[in-house]
Amino acid sequence: MSDKKPKRREFLFTATYAVGAVGVGAVVWPLVDQMNPDASVKALASTEVDVSSVQPGNTITVLWRGKPVFIRRRTPDEIAEAKSVKMEDLIHPEKDEDRAKDPEWLVMLGVCTHLGCVPLNDKGDYDGWFCPCHGSHYDTSGRIRKGPAPLNMEVPKYEFVNANTIKIG
Amino acid sequence: MSDHDYTPTSKVGKWFNDRLPLLSLANHLTDYPTPKNLNYWWTFGGILTFCLITQIVTGLTLAMHYIAHADMAFESVEHIMRDVNYGWLIRYIHANGASMFFLAVYIHIFRSLFYGSYKSPREIIWIIGIIIYLLMMAAAFMGYVLPWGQMSFWGATVITNLFSAIPLVGEGIVTWLWGGYSVDNPTLTRFFTLHYLIPFLILGLVVLHIWALHVPGNNNPVGIDIKKPSKDTVPFHPYIVIKDGFALLMFMIVFAFFVFYSPNILGHADNYIEANPMVTPAHIVPEWYLLPFYAILRSVPDKLLGVVAMLSAILILAALPWLDTSKIRSAVFRPLYKQFYWILVADVLILGYMGAMPAEGLYLLIARVATAYYFLHFLVVLPVLGFKEKTLPVPLSITEPVLGGSPNLAAARNKESFNK
Repeated sequence: MSDKKPKRREFLFTATYAVGAVGVGAVVWPLVDQMNPDASVKALASTEVDVSSVQPGNTITVLWRGKPVFIRRRTPDEIAEAKSVKMEDLIHPEKDEDRAKDPEWLVMLGVCTHLGCVPLNDKGDYDGWFCPCHGSHYDTSGRIRKGPAPLNMEVPKYEFVNANTIKIG
Repeated sequence: MSDHDYTPTSKVGKWFNDRLPLLSLANHLTDYPTPKNLNYWWTFGGILTFCLITQIVTGLTLAMHYIAHADMAFESVEHIMRDVNYGWLIRYIHANGASMFFLAVYIHIFRSLFYGSYKSPREIIWIIGIIIYLLMMAAAFMGYVLPWGQMSFWGATVITNLFSAIPLVGEGIVTWLWGGYSVDNPTLTRFFTLHYLIPFLILGLVVLHIWALHVPGNNNPVGIDIKKPSKDTVPFHPYIVIKDGFALLMFMIVFAFFVFYSPNILGHADNYIEANPMVTPAHIVPEWYLLPFYAILRSVPDKLLGVVAMLSAILILAALPWLDTSKIRSAVFRPLYKQFYWILVADVLILGYMGAMPAEGLYLLIARVATAYYFLHFLVVLPVLGFKEKTLPVPLSITEPVLGGSPNLAAARNKESFNK
């Protein structure tokens, strides 16, 4: 093969296969992509929550994109506990300041990063959350401390529209 | 089908058969030479065919009343249970039928393991069987999601999240599977579509499974190659048909017991609560037939490695024909393998029990030991045993041990006298 130039027929075969492969790919992609989130799902991208009635030490759970979001008004003790943790003790090191812009308010997806269950409030060995499915413990900043989950609970994009309203998404 | 010539007696039959040899196929199936020493463990192929047809027929009728929509699915299932004529019966047959299907397939698989049916020249039959088993698990899982109860929803969440363990593309794959950012209506409708499709894929694979079986013919309890047709075989019809039929009747008694006397004993009460994305049930457990693999998943403390271990536990079966190095098929003539076989059976049962218990303390420890042993059996014990084990003498024909009264030792030792 190497000492000869490719024959005209071989070239035609290769070119035909190549064009055929592109054609098959162009047909398959829409059939695969139709399973991705559609426009109506994406349209539900943000939600506004009134948090004026939440007392310190309480958590409310709201639904955003079909997933629960925990909004916790933390007590000074909880904030102090979250801030005192050393980075080297964390499985997924993140500073509390980076997770809670306003330390009083912790907003995060209430979804365990292991296999997606909803962790329980005020449970577990680190005074934060505990996932009943496979036993992951989270601290008062929602960071994974013990168990099979690999990551801290995710902090979504959110902002305070005013003192009483949080916009998630 | 080309191994014997068949000519229909009637003129019309001959005319038709020359154009489409269906009558030749029917003749092949009825005359198919079968080892005459097949025991009742060999009847589960027929029983499984019955299970598949039962699931397809009851599934089709349920689909006439079920509504695949997150807002209506739960209610439509209750509608089937309360309003549809015999809806309760059809749904209970379908739900318990899944369990009966797995009961039969596990017996079928462990029969193969005991008698070495996966060994040359039957590797392709075995691998097709493993693919069918994987599809069965997919169909059962998606079917369990359809009633849209709490276990449906959270089972779907946990199982689809297994894919998020894949590095880099995992999250994208999960979103693609869901068609959204959580398990929701798009997930339900596609699961219904796939749940409807898979049984027909299985049906096609069953045809290939049987086709591949009919090339070398059945293995048998003695595990030796036989000539066919010969003194060692009987025609499939009527000998095997009647034996399979009797076993099927016995099986249907067990099936009917569950359907009529304890239709919910194999399910979970939580699934009679409608799906709620805000609250996870305190104790999520898959259906009983998936528990051993669930125990393996939970016994590994790392997310990715847990998923890898669970999948490997299933896929390792496909490599079994090459992991088992022994030339002797039947465990009857392998005294050491026979013991390890029963240890494996116990190991899988223990894993199943641990999968149902909370993953903590002693339960977790036992699950870890059992997981380690499971892999040890396939990766170390089986390959080594083929070289180290001192096997018993194997009879030269099936007729020999039958005349000797036992497929076992005494007959095998007497083989000299039969053989002169």
